[in-house]
Amino acid sequence: MVERGDRMIPRFWRKIKYRYDIVGSVCENCGSKFYPPRNFCPICRRRSKIKEQRFNGRGKVLSYTIVHDTPDEFKLNKPYIVALIELDDGPIITSQVVCNPEEIEVGMRVVKTFRKYFEDGEDGVIYYGTKFVPEKIATNAKNF
Amino acid sequence: MERVAIIGVGQSKFGELWDKGFREIVLRAGIDALEDAGLEGKEIEAMYVGNMSGGRYLAQEHIAALIADYSGLSEMGIPSTRVEGADASGGLALRQAYLSVASGLHDVVIAAGAEKVTDVGSEMTTDIMASSADREWEGFVGATIPALYALMARMHFTRYGTTPEDLALISVKNHKNGVLNPKAQFRREISVDDVLNSPFVAEPLRLLDCAPLSDGAAAIILANERVAKEYTDSPVYIKACTQASDYLALQNREDITTMRAVRIAAVMAYGQAGLTPEDIDVVELHDSFTIAELIAYEDLGFVEKGRGAELIREGITSLKGSLPTNPSGGLKACGHAIGATGIRQAVEITYQLRGKAGKRQVEAETGLSLNIGGTGATAVVTIYEIG
Repeated sequence: MVERGDRMIPRFWRKIKYRYDIVGSVCENCGSKFYPPRNFCPICRRRSKIKEQRFNGRGKVLSYTIVHDTPDEFKLNKPYIVALIELDDGPIITSQVVCNPEEIEVGMRVVKTFRKYFEDGEDGVIYYGTKFVPEKIATNAKNF
Repeated sequence: MERVAIIGVGQSKFGELWDKGFREIVLRAGIDALEDAGLEGKEIEAMYVGNMSGGRYLAQEHIAALIADYSGLSEMGIPSTRVEGADASGGLALRQAYLSVASGLHDVVIAAGAEKVTDVGSEMTTDIMASSADREWEGFVGATIPALYALMARMHFTRYGTTPEDLALISVKNHKNGVLNPKAQFRREISVDDVLNSPFVAEPLRLLDCAPLSDGAAAIILANERVAKEYTDSPVYIKACTQASDYLALQNREDITTMRAVRIAAVMAYGQAGLTPEDIDVVELHDSFTIAELIAYEDLGFVEKGRGAELIREGITSLKGSLPTNPSGGLKACGHAIGATGIRQAVEITYQLRGKAGKRQVEAETGLSLNIGGTGATAVVTIYEIG
């Protein structure tokens, strides 16, 4: 198994709050919104007034790719979709979209969902995070 | 600022060099450069090395000292410094070397770039390359480097009508040039159909849209103009060597159909050189993916934003066109030895401007190179002119 940078457990654990839900930040001085969160606004710099903010998790696909040549941990999900999603109330986020690769298109409405990303084998840590699903599926599913 | 000239260049073959170790590859490039300059090692005052990830490819850090040692320069105790900017590491080494001569501090220095990637498996290689983007917020969700370039390609397709065929033409052109370069990794022509029938890596990018990751090294000797004339009648002058940065992750950039760092570095370089894009005769640019070459046509000012495809469709960037681009075969066919690429580009432009590029020779007095790190968070633009 390749020793990977993103499998360092403390490094993952520190960011759980921001991964399990879409918690970013906003600069109260200029109104810029950030995901992942920043401690420092690149526009205002020393005048930054950063506050944590949860984004509502609805948005639309700006661009997407269907990944066929996958890192080891995603082999079982092959092919999977990675998209840039513009959130209605916030910044742009890079995330996976869970749907049939034939359904995805630019402009598609999507909504956040909590999902597993990968795991360190059968006995290892499971890495969860936020993914997106098409809004029409989310609206139809009762348990959502 | 002192005027800086290139007086010697050298490079190893690029490719899967199974029978050669890191030290041998670097030494080959260094010796070639010294012989080309007609220089003895003891005349070199400082060394700058571009290397992205010796620590993970070779489990060896302290690369600059290692190279100084094996090239015999430790004997003189000269300062040797490694610089890192992902696959722009070579460009950064070139720029540091340039600055050290331009400032008047040194008269003769060597800039080298080197990477040995095939000692680890392809899984590890993919993971190491992923570290040139944002590991925690892009790598974590499975956004590999090809995936991130695919996002740029899709956006360019959607907004400007660029097509997979346009990208395929870039790969076809670079392979055609690579046939003429004895140092190139791939020396065979391919067709548009070959590209469009190759497997998807990250849609819409296919295998033949992607440059390989290669072993290789390149070296270049820079000298103060005053000294340069003692060594060569055909010095190639560096008119400008500029560098810029952008946000590391695509999601933080204003527009992913452009690389802002490239635009900033290019504007500065044209300004310093007192030239415009129309003055450039030959280009070596960073086609780690075909879409990167197309976007670079626009960001370097050769064509309006969104119209990059016209340059490849009309043959303008082919070897016989008015703006030959990647005569070496580029990263796609010559190979992409990561930290070596930025120096390798300077080697090619030097050959072209001296008129010593063999069968791939184009008519040129002014050249430009563009070296990019990761998905564009670092860019180095260099403009060259024959003396």
